[in-house]
Amino acid sequence: MNLDFALPTFLEECRELLQGMEESLLQLETDPTNQEAIASVFRAAHTVKGSAGLFGLDRIVAFTHVVENVLDRVREGELLIDERLGALLLQSGDYLTILLDNVHGELEEAQTTHGKELQEQLQAFLKKTEAESWHISLRFDLDIFRSGMDPASFLHYLETLGEITSLKTVWTLPGGAEMDPESCYLGVELRFQSEATKEAIFDVFAFIHENSLIHILPPSSKAADYISLIQLLPEDDLLLGEILVKIGTLTQAELEEGLALQRQVPLNEEGRPPYLGDILVTSQMVQQPVVEAALEKQVKAQETRNRDSKLIRVDSDKLDQLINLVGELVIAGANTSMIAGAAGITDLVESASVLTRLVEQVRDNVLQLRMVQIGATFSRFQRLARDVSQDLGKDIDLVISGGDTELDKSVVDKIGDPLTHLLRNAMDHGIERVEERKARGKSGKGTVKLNAYHDSGCIVIEVCDDGGGLNRDRLLKKGLEKGLVQPNQTLSDREVFNLIFEPGFSTADTISNLSGRGVGMDVVRRDITALRGTIEIESEEGIGSTFRIRLPLTLSIIDGFLVEIGNASYVAPLDLVVECVDLSELDRESLLERNYLNLRGEVLPFIRLRELFGQHNDKVRRENILVVRFGGKKAGLLVDELQGEIQTVIKPLGRIFERLRGIGGSTILGNGKVALILDVPALIERAISREYFQSSHV
Amino acid sequence: MTTPDELCGLRLEGTTLTLAGELTIYTAAALKDRMLSAISELPAVDINLADVLEIDTAGLQLLLMAKQDAAHQQRSLQFTMPSPAVKELIDLYRLSDLLS
Repeated sequence: MNLDFALPTFLEECRELLQGMEESLLQLETDPTNQEAIASVFRAAHTVKGSAGLFGLDRIVAFTHVVENVLDRVREGELLIDERLGALLLQSGDYLTILLDNVHGELEEAQTTHGKELQEQLQAFLKKTEAESWHISLRFDLDIFRSGMDPASFLHYLETLGEITSLKTVWTLPGGAEMDPESCYLGVELRFQSEATKEAIFDVFAFIHENSLIHILPPSSKAADYISLIQLLPEDDLLLGEILVKIGTLTQAELEEGLALQRQVPLNEEGRPPYLGDILVTSQMVQQPVVEAALEKQVKAQETRNRDSKLIRVDSDKLDQLINLVGELVIAGANTSMIAGAAGITDLVESASVLTRLVEQVRDNVLQLRMVQIGATFSRFQRLARDVSQDLGKDIDLVISGGDTELDKSVVDKIGDPLTHLLRNAMDHGIERVEERKARGKSGKGTVKLNAYHDSGCIVIEVCDDGGGLNRDRLLKKGLEKGLVQPNQTLSDREVFNLIFEPGFSTADTISNLSGRGVGMDVVRRDITALRGTIEIESEEGIGSTFRIRLPLTLSIIDGFLVEIGNASYVAPLDLVVECVDLSELDRESLLERNYLNLRGEVLPFIRLRELFGQHNDKVRRENILVVRFGGKKAGLLVDELQGEIQTVIKPLGRIFERLRGIGGSTILGNGKVALILDVPALIERAISREYFQSSHV
Repeated sequence: MTTPDELCGLRLEGTTLTLAGELTIYTAAALKDRMLSAISELPAVDINLADVLEIDTAGLQLLLMAKQDAAHQQRSLQFTMPSPAVKELIDLYRLSDLLS
């Protein structure tokens, strides 16, 4: 049976599984015993292997098989996902993606070698070494005798599961009179060799979990974990350290090094050493965070369940076709309304109006279909943030909010690259190194925030960092050097900051392989402009910077306001129109002398679109001002006639017209005429720019 | 009903204290004070464990207490002739030092 037709679906599903696996692995980095995450990682590998087998993709099956074996041992509690294994698994996931991308072709030699290396490293985790022993630390509850139990019986029971290779009894007996012979003051540190699972070992102490202190460290624990244990336990650190050395858990060298290191590393807020996460603790100490984490997981699981059950896969090309058709429907509907109006038949006009309303609803629903949440794109950046901060040796936290903000799928696809660059920039150039931050009185950990929200018909995406901010003077100097700025020019902060978007501009002193070559920011702006969006910068030296991207919500169908200039028609997006102002003769005269309006006490810069679009010939009968706003700024557009609201489908202009400032597309009106769509943000920029002010004729 | 005193006997002869019977949670409380007072006068004492038929962790703890107490008062205290039961428990807790 030929399964080729199903291959694209298989590939897409595998990629989704690998994405999920990566997220779970990142989660396990900070919470290594999270059972759900472990199960998710295992399931991903298992499913990929199975499906790949169906398609006869032997390379993938073979590699995934090894991964699955390692994950099986993790699942059984025999292996803990520590830093090394976690990083190895992440790399394995990346390698699987490479294999998926090259399903039909051959791999490069470097890739094959890489794969072999990974496989070898994975195999190493499967080998059982004789020295694999568990370390169990017990401090029996004071009342254990009174509860009817004898600690010795637990030790005996333990011996049925394996061998206690070494043991040391510890005790803190109060002297003579105070000692209560019916209380238990004993504890035990022991090494235990066993094939049993973690669960089975845990269960040995099932009856005394609640009140006795029980710590079980699996064979893969590091010296740092034992040091943490030593500090946790009530007895003197050195004494415990000696005990651990005596029973073979630590070497003398490891003990000394570990304790010395711990003295240097600051304790966290609770006064605990930072490595605590790796230790499996059953005592009451960790309950609070565990409870919170459990609650969070529950909520997330509920949400995912709700989402998954109602989804259906749709080919995005089919969706595009549908949108095109709806677009044509909108135009045809407008045409019908127009003709009905001209014919003057009441019933027909009414019927056409009903039709228009229905078409509007269909339009809105169809556009909604293409809306996806930006959260999925955002969470992919967690991996990027982790890798980049490791590469740079900085401590950076990525905080994400507004993940449920929705935008058009094609925008989501295209916004990934510019966002990646901005994030890298923030981490590389924005956030300072730990020493610098501390010298400035900031915390050593830098924060980069990624936020998204809706605002007046746009979606806004912000990349904020609490780093060093942009240095205005350095930028200005560079601008002068490159001839982008004239020596006697005065520029606002905003204009200086915007210099970084010029090609070849970079004030970075060192070029890392991440950024600094000056080829990034201009591409970012270009990508965003291609999406009919804008990008602005806010920055304060020493405090941080914010890059704010604004994008239109939809790309194709908009509500517009039709105006006439000369004999040509233009459309302005309706949600950017604030009001219309009629100009009397008197006003028009006085306007000839100035470039700004007095709108009820507000200074409003404006543009004569007639001049801008080169239509000087006709005599002007009436003039109106269309007041528009974007991104918190307002301007007036001087036009001839106002024609009212229309619904239009945006058709892109040919590539020749790409560089037209002020025009953002074209559309076909109901009467068949072509109207140009005004690029309102660009026009507003132009109106308020100094350049325009300066070059006006008085 | 057997009283704790009947379950475990304590006999002091010269510098040897002989414990006989059960050295467990059931007899620990009763034994503690008697043991402590018996040995408090002696600068050196041997505690003979040949007749200890049963011993549990509570009993073991008592022995530890006695040793610690003696050490604090700079008295010498030795455990001698451990019964099989005593040896087994001491081995489990790797406390053979106690017997030397």
